[in-house]
Parts: sequence; C-alpha cells; structure tokens
Amino acid sequence: MNIRNLISYLVLILFLGLVQIFFLKNLALFGVAFAFVHLLGILILPISMRPVTLIFIAFLLGLVLDLFYETIGMHAAAATFLAFARSLWLRAISPTGGYVETEEPSLSEMGFGWFLSYSLPLIFGYSMVFFTADQWGTGGLWTILNKSFFSSIFTCLLVILVQLLFFKRRRRI
Amino acid sequence: MLRILQFLYRIRAFILFVFLEVVAVWMIVTNNSPQGAAFFNSSNALVGSILKQQADVVQFFSLADANEALTAENAEILQTLLALQVKPDSIQLPLDSAFVATYEFRGARVIGNSLRFSQNYLTLNKGSKDGIKPGMGVFNPEGVVGRVKSVSENYSVAFSLLNTGLMVSSKIKSTDVFGSVQWDGKNSTEARLLFVPRHVKTQEGDTVVTSGFNAVFPEGIQIGIISKVAPNEKDPNYLDLTVKLSTDFSKVSYVYLVENTAFDELDSLNRQSEISNEY
Repeated sequence: MNIRNLISYLVLILFLGLVQIFFLKNLALFGVAFAFVHLLGILILPISMRPVTLIFIAFLLGLVLDLFYETIGMHAAAATFLAFARSLWLRAISPTGGYVETEEPSLSEMGFGWFLSYSLPLIFGYSMVFFTADQWGTGGLWTILNKSFFSSIFTCLLVILVQLLFFKRRRRI
Repeated sequence: MLRILQFLYRIRAFILFVFLEVVAVWMIVTNNSPQGAAFFNSSNALVGSILKQQADVVQFFSLADANEALTAENAEILQTLLALQVKPDSIQLPLDSAFVATYEFRGARVIGNSLRFSQNYLTLNKGSKDGIKPGMGVFNPEGVVGRVKSVSENYSVAFSLLNTGLMVSSKIKSTDVFGSVQWDGKNSTEARLLFVPRHVKTQEGDTVVTSGFNAVFPEGIQIGIISKVAPNEKDPNYLDLTVKLSTDFSKVSYVYLVENTAFDELDSLNRQSEISNEY
C-alpha cells in the first residue's frame, strides 16, 4: 500500500466519521434501525492489511465515535470485534484461487452478492456487540436482536448506497 | 521457550483483540458507574467545541419554538412575582430557616443529546467556570431532564432521565405518596414510577412531581402524568405505574440547573447515619 492510498483511506474514514457524528448520530428509523456508516471505513480497507493494524485502526475509530456518542467503550468494543472477525470471515468466504494481492473488498471489485455476504454478517456482529453492551442488564435479548437485525440491514443498505454513489467513477476514492 | 514465543507471535492478532476488548469493557464499566470518575467523555474541550458548533447550526432552526416557550415561562414567572411582592404597608418578618432558599439556579444550552440508547446523556455548554458542579439537577420548563454527571472547565455531561442508571425521587402530587421514577430503556416518552405500595389509590391522569427528598431537585418540579396503572407481576406489594414524561426529550434545547446549597450538609448527615440516598 503506497502513501497515496493510505491518505485516501484516511480521508475516507475521516469523512465517514464526520457524516456519522453530524448527521446519523441521532437517526434511528422507527426507533430500531440505527445507521453505522463509519463501518464502511473498516470494511473497505485492503484485504492484505495485517490484522493487528486493522484492529488498532478500528479501536481508535470506535473510541473517537464513543466520545461523541457519550458511550465510552461500546463502539470501541464493537469495532475491535468487527476488525478481528473481518480477517476470519474473509478467510472463510475467500473465492476459489484466493484474493489478488491488491484487491480491496469493495462493491465494484467483488460484486454485489459477495459484498452482501461479506458485509451483512460483520455489521450484524458489530450491532450485536454494540447493543449487548448498551442494553446490559436492562433490555432483554429480544430488544438486542430486534435492534441489531434492523440496524444491520439499514447500515448495509447505506453502505452499498454510498459505494454506488461515490465510488463508481474512480475505483478508489 | 522459543516455541511459546513463536506461538504467541502467531496469535498476536487474537491477543491484541482480547486486550483491546478488555480495555473497552473496562471503559464501559468505569463510565457507567454513577460515582465513577469519568476520565474522558464529551465534556472534553475539543469534542465539546465540535458539538457546540453543530448545536449552533441545528438549534438555529428551533429558535422560534424556544423563544415562544421562554416568553410563556416569563409571563408565568411575572405573575408569581407580582403575587409575591411585599406591600409597602405590611410588616416584614425575617424568615424562619425552614423557608430560606437553599437552591441556586443557572441556565445552560444543550449541545449534545441522545435518546435511543439505554444509557443516554446530555452535553451542556456550561462547565466549572460557570459554577456547574457534578450532582446538580437539570430541568426545563416542561419538567425534569436529568442530573449532572461530570464537569470540565467549559462543558458538562449530564445523565438524561432517559438513562436506566438514574432514579429520581418523586411523589404523586394529589396523594403525596412518594416513589422513584426510573426509565426502563424502552420508550423515550415513558418511564416507571417504582415503589408505590399496592394500597395507594391512584388513577390515570395523576401528576408526578419531584419529592424534594433527594436534595437534588426542589419539591414540585413536574416529571409526568400517570398513564397506566397495573398490578405489579414481579412484586405484588407494589403497583406497576407508567408515567408519561412531560419533557419532550427530542426537543430539549435550553435547560436550567439547580444546586442545593445545603447538599453537602445533608449528604454528610446521611453518611453519618449510614443512609444511602438515591438521586
């Protein structure tokens, strides 16, 4: 990964983080479907990236969001989990012949079906960790599942939409 | 030995994952204990200033509503003031200590708010510089909003009433029966009134106000209206009361903060007699 790519990834993560903080923070469709668009920043990082780096980036991103959400630790815990699960999940769903070295797991490079099966379970895992931490000791399992289910679908839709709208012309932002 | 090191190196990602998760969980636990020192949150100067910029833009659109509410409240206060004004020909007596005002009020603006989680917090644009202290009560003309949790120089963070960790000592206005209002984490317009015994006659439409027992809020600040009365299934000694909150938490923009100047004395007395008071 060269320095130009690195900067473009940083800009993307920063941009998504700002959108999340300023516009999507208080958004919850029907009170259950939350948007976690900043996850695109973690999902889109190159496949060849080392898990240790990835986990660190995810933890920091989660922590920054936590500051604004006033939920210290929850986003961080969930994002760390997402980053760790990502490397396992990528290995589990690798296409025959493995990934090409420079490939990034984006919609345009990998196709719609693959991207959906890649992102949806990961985002669902993220939501599960997040809402479990949030509802700890108060809400039941039903609330957690309900919120996670709809949040992951909504987030997945947004993540795909963002890629369709902004990633199309150039392969990397 | 080398093998162990090699093994540890191979699972370094997993070790880092576990380590960071432990750190995150530790943060969650520290942050959520009501007495725990919050070591960083949105009262942090940088985060606070960004939230303030955002609130400046967003609240511009609700200025008309805010103005209207303030005017209505001013009119109400003027009316009370007129009734209280001492007539020049009457005798003035020094007040008994029971009537000395022990509450001080301040105003602040909400720059950060959430209502979708089970632990919701508000960020306010006033801090220790303006005399805000942890433990102060937060309310607005509609009703109780929350309690200050931690304070930095310029900003402060408050528990919203929509935080399952916060209990507000309250009473039913018509019968003076007291209980505690606590949010159950489900609906942002409803909370529960706990510890009201079964024999109490109460009905839908009764007003719930602060009791004044907890030394945070003065007596009589509105919390909500009882919207449902049902027998409690878990504990048959108490009623299961649902309170429709009078504060619209999605629109809270300006709030008052109240400090009980006698709080320290009351608190030390409570501690001396080993009573743990709820807030």
